[in-house]
Amino acid sequence: MALSWLLLILLALAVIGYFTGRSRALASAGGDARELHSLPSYYGYNVAMTALVPALGVLIVWLLVQPMIVNSTVSGLIPDQAIPEGSDRGLIMSEVRRVADGLSGAVATGAVTETQAQDANADIDELTKALKDAGQVLTQDITQPILVAAQKYRSMTGTGSVAMQVIVLALALLGAAFAYVRTHKEFRARNVVEQGVLALLLLAASIAILTTVGIVLSMLFETMNFFQLHSWKDFFFGSTWAPNFRGGSELSILPLLWGTLYISLIALLVAVPIGLFAAIYLSEYASGATRALAKPLLEILAGIPTIVYGLFALLTVGPALVALFGEGGALGVGWMASSNAVLTAGLVMGIMLIPFVSSLSDDIINAVPQSMRDGSLGLGATKSETVRQVVLPAALPGIVGAILLAASRAIGETMIVVMAAGAIAKFSGNPFEAMTTITTRIVSQLTGDTDFASPETLVAFALGLTLFIITLGLNIFALYIVRKYREQYE
Amino acid sequence: MMNDMTRVERAVDSKAIKIAANKVQVYYGDTHAIKDVDVRIEDKTVTAFIGPSGCGKSTFLRCLNRMNDTIDICRVEGDILLDGEDIYDKRVDPVQLRAKVGMVFQKPNPFPKSIYDNVAYGPRIHGLAKNKAELDEIVEKSLRRGAIWDEVKDRLDAPGTGLSGGQQQRLCIARAVATEPEVLLMDEPCSALDPIATAQVEELIDELRSRYSVVIVTHSMQQAARVSQKTAFFHLGNLVEFGETGQIFTNPEDPRTESYITGRIG
Repeated sequence: MALSWLLLILLALAVIGYFTGRSRALASAGGDARELHSLPSYYGYNVAMTALVPALGVLIVWLLVQPMIVNSTVSGLIPDQAIPEGSDRGLIMSEVRRVADGLSGAVATGAVTETQAQDANADIDELTKALKDAGQVLTQDITQPILVAAQKYRSMTGTGSVAMQVIVLALALLGAAFAYVRTHKEFRARNVVEQGVLALLLLAASIAILTTVGIVLSMLFETMNFFQLHSWKDFFFGSTWAPNFRGGSELSILPLLWGTLYISLIALLVAVPIGLFAAIYLSEYASGATRALAKPLLEILAGIPTIVYGLFALLTVGPALVALFGEGGALGVGWMASSNAVLTAGLVMGIMLIPFVSSLSDDIINAVPQSMRDGSLGLGATKSETVRQVVLPAALPGIVGAILLAASRAIGETMIVVMAAGAIAKFSGNPFEAMTTITTRIVSQLTGDTDFASPETLVAFALGLTLFIITLGLNIFALYIVRKYREQYE
Repeated sequence: MMNDMTRVERAVDSKAIKIAANKVQVYYGDTHAIKDVDVRIEDKTVTAFIGPSGCGKSTFLRCLNRMNDTIDICRVEGDILLDGEDIYDKRVDPVQLRAKVGMVFQKPNPFPKSIYDNVAYGPRIHGLAKNKAELDEIVEKSLRRGAIWDEVKDRLDAPGTGLSGGQQQRLCIARAVATEPEVLLMDEPCSALDPIATAQVEELIDELRSRYSVVIVTHSMQQAARVSQKTAFFHLGNLVEFGETGQIFTNPEDPRTESYITGRIG
């Protein structure tokens, strides 16, 4: 029986449970819903919930655990000498799974009988041929140990899923019966359903948090693998980034970190003044109509995919800057050789961050109480004096928080720098030169033919984890500042 | 209540007219909020505006220093003359006007700055002090006039928002006084304060009368009776009655005034 059928049966049970529970509750009150503790539908939900939740829970856990048990048992069946040179147990296990799937497929189409499929002494050549004729995918010829393992795999999986179906269905029936028996007009079904809602919300929240933890852990393990292959001193304190897939790479984060911070700094130099002034205009000066038009327009900028900004940098901003600063350019200075430069990436990233800064600052400036402005205006201050001396100082902590959030976005930005910043890792203060960032190196180390056992590939995880820690730190700091500010006027 | 009123001096006949309002109309969009208000506000006098909520007394108060200019949909017609000059004339800069006509608000609103900087804010903006010593002097004088100097003289660098509600309101009065205004407008200055702080602020208002023309909006008729020499009663956007405080509270001419002060409407 397929999983979807099992789920459908469970669902049908829940629906039946809902209606029987509801009508039993009504019957216990003699048909008068006012006699019940809760509304009739709550009794229905209670039965449906009690039928579904434990059964689904067991189903999920079973689906997660069964493959692990089967894998470890079956992989124990494969002797070490059955593993060829240059391969490993993991590859053999995937071969075993393919053969097992192939056997099941061939049995289903009738090319092989069930007895043949389970026969440990079957003629291997004949079986291989039968499987290939049946159109089952095999990457290599089956060997005796693989066949035995595959047969064991099939039988364990088969028994397991039958047991699972029986247990899950039994649980669902038991749950429904338990709730049905408990359904009575005195029973507080409403409170039980409330608990269920709480559990559902809690589950959603914990999935979000657990995912984050999972991401960090997976990065952490790969990073530890990397540091076993490569010296941590070179990674953190070296001065050169020169990956070489033949070995002997110098993999230091510092030149990349420099490029990242330099480009982010230029981006913030563009985004912070423009974004802040736009926010001040929108919140303090603009009329209602202008604001209603300009604010959404500005926020459209935030909805543009960063790859589009990258194209803008590559096709428009880069060539324009070269025409200005390049050899024979308008300024005649000849500083800029190629359109790939720190300045190009920084400018475009700054444009990307403008709506981010302006939208957050606008909210923060609006949160400054009107009474502050009235007090200042009432003393004969002009609007700009009021903004400069009262509103901005009051909003400053929040604005700093907004800038830090923008900074952490700039540091983590990838597409614009991939397309506009170039690929040369070096320490340089010249904004007209090409440089590279942590994110672009992660992309380049992981794309193409990669071998997940070499430090040149694994370094991507160490880079990613470092980047994650930097931006996480910035975000926590920013949120702390914003929150501290919020308490001031409430 | 009668005892309170006998305490108040009533020698007000000889005072000069500070603000004269003629046929003032105020509109919020299509709403006609103030209708045909004529009022004479005298110098060195406390004038109280009383009336039920929404009667337009705060709106009218905010016309006197053009704070209503900050509200887009608000429109003012008629003349308001300060020392004989129309404050709604094109040549008058509302910013300059507000330095001359100070305002204290309903809720104490000290800036999130130090006590010193709160008081020095106005003088700094208007360039009233030539140097630090002069500024120090202005701050001290203003805090003394705000009757809060003794409480804060040792902690001028402490934030103004850290003071108690009553202290904050006196700080705001000191801040308003620091720009040397000629008129002080107070919009329910005690409504957010406890009785003790209220008594202190009322005492201060009585002292301020020796230098400034004070206009106070209040919901409390006892307060109006205690601190003011003149009282104006507003109802539904009309100025119903204006006269000496004692007169208004003991022998009102208009039946609506009598109903309000005896608690039948409001």
